[in-house]
Amino acid sequence: MFVMDENQAKIRIAKRIALDFSQQSKNRDLVINLGIGLPTMIPSHVTSDRVFIQTENGMLGVGPAAKLGEEDPQLIDAGRQCITETIGCSYFGSDIAFGMMRGGHIDVSVLGAYEVDERGNLANWTIPGSKKLGVGGSMDVVSGAKQIYIATLHMNKKGKTKLIPQCTLPITGFGEVDAVFTEYALFRFDNGKMILEEIAPEITLEELKSVTLAEYVVNPNLKTMPLG
Amino acid sequence: MAVTSRKVMEVDQAVALIKSGDSVMVGSFGMRGYPAALVHALSCSPVSDLTVISCDLGSPGVGLGELLTMGKVSNLIGTFYTKNSDVMDAYLAGKVQIELIPMGTFAEAVRAGGVGVAGFYTATAVGTELSKGKESRVFNGREYLLQPALRAKVALIKAHKADAVGNLVYYKTAQNFNPQMAMAADLVIAEVDHLVPTGEIDPEHIITPHNFVDVLIVRTADSWPTTMV
Repeated sequence: MFVMDENQAKIRIAKRIALDFSQQSKNRDLVINLGIGLPTMIPSHVTSDRVFIQTENGMLGVGPAAKLGEEDPQLIDAGRQCITETIGCSYFGSDIAFGMMRGGHIDVSVLGAYEVDERGNLANWTIPGSKKLGVGGSMDVVSGAKQIYIATLHMNKKGKTKLIPQCTLPITGFGEVDAVFTEYALFRFDNGKMILEEIAPEITLEELKSVTLAEYVVNPNLKTMPLG
Repeated sequence: MAVTSRKVMEVDQAVALIKSGDSVMVGSFGMRGYPAALVHALSCSPVSDLTVISCDLGSPGVGLGELLTMGKVSNLIGTFYTKNSDVMDAYLAGKVQIELIPMGTFAEAVRAGGVGVAGFYTATAVGTELSKGKESRVFNGREYLLQPALRAKVALIKAHKADAVGNLVYYKTAQNFNPQMAMAADLVIAEVDHLVPTGEIDPEHIITPHNFVDVLIVRTADSWPTTMV
């Protein structure tokens, strides 16, 4: 089966979500929140000027990463990376930052995942026995943002699929996932069902099935994933 | 001309107001926007058995991490300790107790503590491991968890600028939990980069009004050698 270089796979996923954002923001402003890692690769591929990035540590209107030598140490994103301002940006306390989420003022949040199951449950905050001692904003984001997108490689580092019938790791949020973007496919959740919407051009439906343990239905209007 | 203020103290004088066994809120997020001079002085002070209420605990031995390294902490209430592996080690060794709260719930609990709200219901964490022991209730068909407010004996916060009466403004993403903590403790000590004459800050721009602030610490090259945090 076709296997992508990890970095190429991440770029593909970031581009596909950027395309979704460009389409969603054609006629309206779209406020998004990005988890650390892969999700932060998305903005450089967004073509719309109506997408606004919020960071949970108190800023709306996040710009690109700061250039070397031009960093303001007091201006960071949730992953402690130095960022820049955009025109029209604003700062606020953590209570407002999370109030924005719970209050339904964030349109989409894009997060990574350890596991996603066929009922839209997400596990991404801890692995028992690991050195991870913290929940951070993960549970607030998952239950608060209007749409939850998962941006993830299809397989974990051990070569096992992340899309499974039932999460085995501690859950971050139940039934909150709206879409999963991997290098092989785009799934959306609708009324508790996992639906295959797009498939990568290099693989067959049978091959996808062989690397996806979660049960899903294939949209009769299945599309080939657009590669921008 | 130097600005004078009745609220200004030296760092050591302010830290001497903190006693062993106190609960202490400290502003911070990812090693930014925390009162570095106060945290360092508290780490070097003779107190122990503190309950530290903060988003994170800096990095190992650095920032708020110094409080743990110097043996000041017996309880932690916060959200994200993954970036300081000492916290896990201390927890596994039975040296500290930890209450983990989702970050947004934590921020709102501190805010509630500051504004006279005993607790609130939130949908965050419903059904997860962090919901254990929490009362739940259904509103409009959705389940919510009861989160009690958080308050502390002392709050150590970081602001960018204070005027002589103690009005505060913050700087970019160094604001984080500081404005909420400024409301939620019996004694509020604010460490600031600059002290300006009263009236110099546009009243429309003040984030924390002065009646929330008891003590001001003004950073100097001596009290904290870096402008980074």
